[in-house]
Amino acid sequence: MFAFVLRRLLVAIPTIIVITAVAFFMMKVAPGGPFDLERPMPEEIRERLLAEYGLDQPVWKQYIDYMAGLVQGDFGPSLKFLDKDVAELIGEGLPVSLMIGALAMLVAVVLGTFLGAIAALRQNTSGDFAVMSFAMIGVSIPPLVMGPILALVLGVYMGIFPTGGLNYSRFGLSVLVLPVITLALPQIAIIARLMRASMIEVIRSNYIRTARAKGLSASAVIIRHALRAAVLPLVSYLGPASAAVISGSLVIERVFQLPGMGAYFVDAALQRDYTLVMGVVVVYASLIIILNLVADVIYSILNPRVSYDS
Amino acid sequence: MIGSKFVKSALVSASVLALAACSGSEPADTGTLVLHRGNNAEPLSLDPHRASGTWENNIIGDMFMGLFTEDPNGEPVPGIAESWTTSEDGLTWTFSLREANWSDGEPVTASDFVFAWRRISNPDTGAPYVSLLFPIAGVEQSSRGEIDPSEIGVRAIDERTLEVTLVNPAPYLPGLLTHYTTFPMPDHVIAEHGDEWIRPENIQTNGAFRLVDWRTNNYVHLVRNEQFFDNANTCLDEVYFYPTVDNSAAGRRVRNGELDLNMEFPGQQLEFLRREIPDYVRVHPFMGTVYFSINTTMDQFSDPQVRNALGMAIDREFIANEILRAGQPPAYAFVPPGVANYDSGVRASWADIPVEERRETAREILEAAGYGPDNPFRFEYAYRATGDNPRIAPVVQNDWSAIADWVQPELIVSDTQIHYDNLRAGAFEVADGGWIADYNDAYNFLFLAEFRSVPMNYPRYNNPDYDALVTAANSEQDLERRSAMMAEAEQMMIDDMPFIPIVYYVNKNLVSPRVTGWEDNLVNIHRSRYLCFADAETDAG
Repeated sequence: MFAFVLRRLLVAIPTIIVITAVAFFMMKVAPGGPFDLERPMPEEIRERLLAEYGLDQPVWKQYIDYMAGLVQGDFGPSLKFLDKDVAELIGEGLPVSLMIGALAMLVAVVLGTFLGAIAALRQNTSGDFAVMSFAMIGVSIPPLVMGPILALVLGVYMGIFPTGGLNYSRFGLSVLVLPVITLALPQIAIIARLMRASMIEVIRSNYIRTARAKGLSASAVIIRHALRAAVLPLVSYLGPASAAVISGSLVIERVFQLPGMGAYFVDAALQRDYTLVMGVVVVYASLIIILNLVADVIYSILNPRVSYDS
Repeated sequence: MIGSKFVKSALVSASVLALAACSGSEPADTGTLVLHRGNNAEPLSLDPHRASGTWENNIIGDMFMGLFTEDPNGEPVPGIAESWTTSEDGLTWTFSLREANWSDGEPVTASDFVFAWRRISNPDTGAPYVSLLFPIAGVEQSSRGEIDPSEIGVRAIDERTLEVTLVNPAPYLPGLLTHYTTFPMPDHVIAEHGDEWIRPENIQTNGAFRLVDWRTNNYVHLVRNEQFFDNANTCLDEVYFYPTVDNSAAGRRVRNGELDLNMEFPGQQLEFLRREIPDYVRVHPFMGTVYFSINTTMDQFSDPQVRNALGMAIDREFIANEILRAGQPPAYAFVPPGVANYDSGVRASWADIPVEERRETAREILEAAGYGPDNPFRFEYAYRATGDNPRIAPVVQNDWSAIADWVQPELIVSDTQIHYDNLRAGAFEVADGGWIADYNDAYNFLFLAEFRSVPMNYPRYNNPDYDALVTAANSEQDLERRSAMMAEAEQMMIDDMPFIPIVYYVNKNLVSPRVTGWEDNLVNIHRSRYLCFADAETDAG
């Protein structure tokens, strides 16, 4: 197992180099630059700014300089947030996205697995139909619609939760409720559907029949044998899904005005904040690699038939 | 050193989360008055020399004060300047400064102004907005690196006397001096901290509030500056500025009482908001113009008549009333109504003719220019993918096509950055844009058409008579004569139509009726030190 993890981490290094190179050169191909503003600045000032950030150099040299800095942990200054570094910006945004994303995934996994298992065990009953209708709605209504609806109903009309921002000193943790629910809903739905399908398959398998035949109690069969096998497809889904959810959702961040990573990703690209785009790409790529690795490790622990040590 | 800043800020964020988790919702001290302002966007810098947005101005003007400042109506009134004299030729202004302190108790001196103005004139500062200070002698040359910043026309005669030398008389100087580019800076703080001076732990301010916390994309938190000279008249103890990028979401936060005000709402929600929360809705003329630029360097558009044909075909009333729908006045001139010391009466010659007839005229003009079914008039109209622009584009395309079916405009949409990159480079035919003035004077609009303003003069309009008239107006000290000269210049420019004026901006604010001291005004500047709460005022009174 250790050798497997080490090997995967070593492979990750060239992967990240390729990703950064592709991102860097694609970004430079895009027209427009960070200093093309609504109100143009004097040409002399513009040239000095370009020189200050090394943007007057050939692109290959810019890339080498950037990678040289990155190896030393230097993400460089932001070209747009003039008073802050990229490292600082990510340091502010990442914990917010991680926390909201992790809470949403936690809620989604607990509720989704539970609902999916119930639906599978009560297959083709009203309970099953209720869960599946809910899942259908959860998948179909995008957060862009669900967010404002929740904010209007639970916030403006009923006054239960704040509808935006992340001012803890004013509202405490209640600011997290609506964004976490909105982000979790589609995930609950997807996980419930995955779980139901895989659970139905598992409870029809031979070894479950054997376990039943041995006279194990129904709950023991479900919890100790069926559940463990049924969550396997879920684990492979959760790796990339978690990466997507915790790296920050632009929609959730816009609708609830949260200071996470999603806004950096989109705004930085649109405004040609080259260093911030690169910083976000590096962080995002690393997250995906790590979470996929974690998913694979968990998978091998849960599934005795899978072994990574050849 | 590896990522130490990242680790530090991540730890701070994480510990804030942990603290919040422990303390839960802790009610704020009921004795303090806290204003929550929706402020449209995240400040990219709070350094007055690096900022360039109106939303940054809202924060910076609460923290710092220049020689002049805005009153609740947005009019310039003396700030740090107590009195001033002007030389006979209008070129030398001498200011006496009032007794005032920085938030650390150090006095605000004339040399803090000298330091700041030299700093912004230094091209190494990279100040995008230095051109605003070009009326001050030597600033333009210094910003180009031609002379040393110490040679610009500003000097400290003594601790509290400042002498400023101008290039031309500039009767609009008080308005200009309310702008953050002219604010003093704490020399002693910047000497110690360099570029890090703007961080909450280092910064010292001379305005009504000081910065205590700044969380990216979350909020900027200011608290009362006890050292502010007019602290006794400041009502609020704390102000939060939130980057409310999504106006609809911000509207919900205002209605839910989370925000006391937000300085924008979507125009198409006006009727809905007027019905739901009529006391909150405030719409008022703003000091800006939506205009299209026509590239006058292209053969196709070199003829002013052809440019007028494009201008007269547009149904501005339809755009204003059916598309924008927030009371934007249709524009037939470049300078919006209500600008100080300027009662121009300038209008496009065809403004009062019905649009159907105007399109007839436009067709005749284009036919005379050689266009017709065999030689269609084709051009590209470039517009930005943001705000109301994508909804205006098909309307004007239709307006132009209505001249004749051989008038064939093509729509080109692009991201804001690319759009302005193209405009700057002159790589466009007809393009949209907008100008919001930095200070309340007609020259802040008219300079856009001066040839020396290229590339800001996107159409590359080159009319030596216009340039001469505007320059002469700027040397004129009599305000009425100056106004008449500028109006003559503006009429000349409008007749040539390098810019097609479309509508004038309005400002659209949502302000809780609980907030007092808010006056709708042309510049849409509302300093927090004038604001208070109705309940607090009754308590005090």
